[in-house]
Amino acid sequence: MANTSTVARDGGSSLAPARGRHTGKSPRKPSGLPDWVVPYALLLPGLVVIAGLLLYPLYQMVVMSFQNVGLRQIRGVPAESVGFENYQKLFESELFWTSLRNTVVFAVVTVALTLTLGTLVGLLLHKLGKKMSTFLIVGIMAAWATPQIATAIIWRWLFDAESGVINWALNMLPDWFSSLLFGRSDWTGEPWLNDALTIYMVLIVAVVWASFPFIAVSVLAGLKSISQELYEAARMDGASAWRIFWRITFPLLKPVFAVLVVLSIIWDFKVFTQLFVLAGGTSNREAFNLSLFAFTQAFSAPPKMGMGAAIAVVLTLILLVITFFYVRQIVKTEDVR
Amino acid sequence: MTTFETPGRSGQLQASRKLKQRKQLGKFGLNTAAVVVFVFAVFPVYWMVTTAFKSSEQIFTTDFIPFPTDPTLDHVKRVFTEGVAGHSIWRYLLNSSIVALGTVLIGAVFSLLAATAVARFRFRGRAPFLVLLLIVQMVPGEALLIPLFIMVRRAGLYDQLFGLIVVNIAMTLPFAIWMLRTFVAAVPRELEEAAWIDGASRFTTFWRVLFPLVAPGLVATSIFSFITAWNEFVFALTLISDQGSYTMPVALRYFVSQRSVDWGGIMAASTLMTIPVIIFFLLVQRRMVSGLVAGAVKG
Repeated sequence: MANTSTVARDGGSSLAPARGRHTGKSPRKPSGLPDWVVPYALLLPGLVVIAGLLLYPLYQMVVMSFQNVGLRQIRGVPAESVGFENYQKLFESELFWTSLRNTVVFAVVTVALTLTLGTLVGLLLHKLGKKMSTFLIVGIMAAWATPQIATAIIWRWLFDAESGVINWALNMLPDWFSSLLFGRSDWTGEPWLNDALTIYMVLIVAVVWASFPFIAVSVLAGLKSISQELYEAARMDGASAWRIFWRITFPLLKPVFAVLVVLSIIWDFKVFTQLFVLAGGTSNREAFNLSLFAFTQAFSAPPKMGMGAAIAVVLTLILLVITFFYVRQIVKTEDVR
Repeated sequence: MTTFETPGRSGQLQASRKLKQRKQLGKFGLNTAAVVVFVFAVFPVYWMVTTAFKSSEQIFTTDFIPFPTDPTLDHVKRVFTEGVAGHSIWRYLLNSSIVALGTVLIGAVFSLLAATAVARFRFRGRAPFLVLLLIVQMVPGEALLIPLFIMVRRAGLYDQLFGLIVVNIAMTLPFAIWMLRTFVAAVPRELEEAAWIDGASRFTTFWRVLFPLVAPGLVATSIFSFITAWNEFVFALTLISDQGSYTMPVALRYFVSQRSVDWGGIMAASTLMTIPVIIFFLLVQRRMVSGLVAGAVKG
């Protein structure tokens, strides 16, 4: 961090404190604030927001996780410390472990599916002709742009027990095929959103649907940056498409994939809105993930905010470890100095 | 006709014809795959819009009705007149617009100032600030919900749209600064120096030289913030309890939980909420990708 001191890298950035010395190259700045104050003054409003509304709550969250914060404390009675009691209770509760399991399994499956589908579509976009590629990009943009709340509602409707299209489509399958695959052929009235397992199936479909376009478009952007000559040379040597992907495309796009994997993990770990709508609120405890569990602890009566904060701390710690890899990757590829 | 013994023109012709055929077949396969993906991506949105215009008989059926054969505006009219949660949907569209625009206007000023500082100046603490931005971007808003809820209550902003605006600014600011700084850095410094030489003040230089050139980037960043604030659900759910102050997402979820069988009305309301986002989205799509992947996609 010391290397970001006042030493300007190039003559152009001479607004660094010149303390009496003339930087020579650039013209004299108009008077007003001393030069060294200017960047800090510009940064001030943003810094106040970040410190007051992101860093301070982060600190508060940790503090609260060691406190008993109920209705009275919300109304202003000072909270008392309870040590590690919240965490102890948390790790002893079965609900925490099912929530953690749901969170992790959902994230792993969804990230894998999203990245596979997204990458395939990205490769497809790269191979398509110009018209077809524009057509497809506009199409996947529709899925990408749909707000999370609408995504959840739409998929709820598609999987509706009575009039949902999915049940209609499953009924359309030939009976022998349907019974071979699922052991049944009649899907009329199948309620998808009662059971934790099927809720998560629908959730996975909905989240993959909403997030593969971003992966596809990012992969496409990466592919466009690879020189065509490499591919031609490989093809001359008779390499198969599979080999070309793993030997050329993948290694060259590794930084892109690294960022995409981390971003997807982070997004899928904390999914809340879609689950909240698909699971129908906070009544289905079997279907909790960590976000929903924390929310329920903190905001249903009686509020146990300290407990909620402890769950949030666990979730944040997991995400910070993943973020660490993300930041390292960005710092490696992008100049933050 | 042609044999291998006579490797004449016709042989070559046939080989190239075969190659062409294979290429065409490959192209056909690719285009088919493209259509399949297109249908998968578009169908749910298409289904939302068409359900909004179907008659109730065509909605509540176990049959598949690909498009409304007797289109009706009943559902759309109903969400405007009868409304959701006791208010016309206008109310929620208005509340959402206030929150999103408030977030964008204040956020744009703050982020432009900070982005200028980061892109134009070298100062102690610059690199730590950039790393801080990256880390803070990744802190889940859901985790900060509980302390922010208490802070907003203590500040007397509970149940007020302004409280929501403040929280949304905090959520969108790190990314906005990160995205804008590349736009500021892209403006040649010489332009500003020329203005200085001509005796322009620092403010004039900023306002007359830098600002017009950064404006397109500012628009893109603002649209991104607008979409985020417009879609935001968790904070609106916890920081607002008065139905008159609901934003669209919360009103929609209330609609679903209270009148879960009125799919025509629900889909009409969802469509109304989604349309502005899709329009804005098409405008900034390319910049969003480059912003999110943040330089990892560098040739």
